[in-house]
Amino acid sequence: MTITKTTQQFFAGLCAILFASLTFAAVNTVPNYGYPIKDRFAATVVGTPEEYRAKLPDDVPFKGRSITIFPERVTPDVFFYGHELLYSVALQDKEAPLIFLIAGTGASHNGAKNTDMAKAFYQAGFHVVSISSPTYNNFVIAASKTGVVGHAERDAEDIYHVFEMIWAELKNEITATSFNVTGYSLGAFNAAFVSKLDEERKSFNFKRVLLINPPVSLYNSISLLDRMTQDIPGGVNNFDKFVDKLMRAYTTTLESTSYKDTADAGGDDFLYKTYKALHLKDEELAALIGTSFRVSSASLVFTSDVMADYGYIKPKGMVLNRYSDLRLYNDVSLRLGFTDYYHEFFYPYYKSEYPDMTRDEFIHSMSLTSIEDYLKSAKKITMMGNVDDVILEPGEIDFFPRVFGDRATIYPYGGHCGNMSYTDNVAHMVAAFTEGTM
Amino acid sequence: MMKSVLSLFSIPVLALALGACSSGPQPQQQASDYPEPIFTAKRLLPPEQEDLDDLTAVYDPWEGMNRHIYNFNYHFDQAVFLPVVRGYETVVPSVGRKGIDNFFNNFVDMLTVMNSALQLRTGKFLQSTSRVLVNSTIGLFGLIDVASAMDIPRPVESFGDTLGHYGVGQGPYLVIPFLGPSNLRDGLGLLPDVAVQSSIKSAVLSQPLNLTTTVLFPIDTRANTSFRYYENGSAFEYQMVRWLYSTKRKLDVKQ
Repeated sequence: MTITKTTQQFFAGLCAILFASLTFAAVNTVPNYGYPIKDRFAATVVGTPEEYRAKLPDDVPFKGRSITIFPERVTPDVFFYGHELLYSVALQDKEAPLIFLIAGTGASHNGAKNTDMAKAFYQAGFHVVSISSPTYNNFVIAASKTGVVGHAERDAEDIYHVFEMIWAELKNEITATSFNVTGYSLGAFNAAFVSKLDEERKSFNFKRVLLINPPVSLYNSISLLDRMTQDIPGGVNNFDKFVDKLMRAYTTTLESTSYKDTADAGGDDFLYKTYKALHLKDEELAALIGTSFRVSSASLVFTSDVMADYGYIKPKGMVLNRYSDLRLYNDVSLRLGFTDYYHEFFYPYYKSEYPDMTRDEFIHSMSLTSIEDYLKSAKKITMMGNVDDVILEPGEIDFFPRVFGDRATIYPYGGHCGNMSYTDNVAHMVAAFTEGTM
Repeated sequence: MMKSVLSLFSIPVLALALGACSSGPQPQQQASDYPEPIFTAKRLLPPEQEDLDDLTAVYDPWEGMNRHIYNFNYHFDQAVFLPVVRGYETVVPSVGRKGIDNFFNNFVDMLTVMNSALQLRTGKFLQSTSRVLVNSTIGLFGLIDVASAMDIPRPVESFGDTLGHYGVGQGPYLVIPFLGPSNLRDGLGLLPDVAVQSSIKSAVLSQPLNLTTTVLFPIDTRANTSFRYYENGSAFEYQMVRWLYSTKRKLDVKQ
């Protein structure tokens, strides 16, 4: 990547961020909102401090399971561990409504956010079935039909297929009084397309659907996230120095806190303390968000390349095994932007299926805008978002009140998914499925 | 810091496992035999540079052997360790498991006493000594962690840390059979730690109790380690774990 391109991207990112901070006032947001972190980047990184978190039970039987989605598939040896799709369930011992949870980009079925949601919905009387994001390594290997993920409709078909197969097993154990679906971030985007697909396929006839912090346009959001890695001081080549600095700060905080706190060193509360102790600047927080996304996308790009044998970063036809040195692919994929993948692998891969579609039309088809009419008419769908979401371009938040009307709830703070564990938000999530008749 | 499970396995077993795994690297396909991929490292290189910097570089000259042991550890974990842990969690109630964990932590604290002394670190020495004294007495032989309830911090110092303190580098990365990520320094450092711990245990515990703890120790350690192989979502798990481990150890020693 040339210096000029980098500089351009950096300024574009900076402008987007500065401009975004000027345009918050346009949307009506929830009044008297008590979530404590007002900085959008800090909220995204830190989440919800302990005393603000919804009280959730510890004894929820949230258990891991696995299922073979493609019995015929010969899994490449380098991914020998990923043949079966892993997912989690928390099942009631009597008949109950069932809710499917879809995790966000690069996140797993038993990640922190899905686990919290599972506890909340189980406590509210639901059977819970939680799946990883279609962008998660295990999903790409075990359950993606093409191996090339990030496609709105194809991902929805893969997810729907997974839901059907899981339900075919579960229906021998439990009775579901209704089917519902929710997801956060990319998982919310997936949920919208899954709901639309269900109108044709009708396997579930979803009763309610909730979208939590969805992106509007995938391409806009990944562009924003790509630009954030430019905030790494010295660029991505200084990735190791940057992470080293953060980890040093992190362990310093670890040493200065008492033993009880260190027991939960990865938890939101600990991150909040670290954040308060460090006085991180917004650019550093943005770099951290960008880095975290980059680590996910690096893994995704490599996994897709191997599964489809496209020859993007791995030479086409070359077979890797479980002992292969992957250093080169790790180093290359950590440096390439998700937008590079989008233009050079993802778009060309699907291009043959849509010969008449221009690149812009293709990008448009990967957005909620492309199914706007459906979203307007589908009264079963509600959404919750934050006006200061860092993965939305300036003005994109307006899409939700315009399309969903009073089915959209916009919070004044929270960044991207930072407020998901906050008391009010958890109550809102549950109410979205329980208010009215169940 | 990972507790040592080595006491369970005699040296011959270790040698066998290492021998079985060090049969040399598999014949690897060469990237140069294939058409160049679309996105190559060349595209990322600044003009004056010949090779891409390794973003997650760790000195790993024994990578071939290490990867085989890593793979062995995964299969052992799936086939033996995790099923045993699940059984343990079914049979022993959580309050009992907590007591057992505290009991073993007390022995680890004793090693911290020794290693803090060797490093002349007064603060950590006093903290770990108070912990051992309080927990071994009021805490009923370590079964109850009274010291943590009293907010006494819990530093952990191994002989690997002591070596590091006196300037010994990590040396080559090393994946130890059954145990997982380590390096030559920490791996060798396990030997005095394990020797000291075993002699304390045989001095204070009766023969049957000592035997029981030898069986329970690895189970307790695994039950309290949340790591699951190939469930972190990374396609580059070996590199990631290697880098995280060595970065953490670098910082541990500097603290």
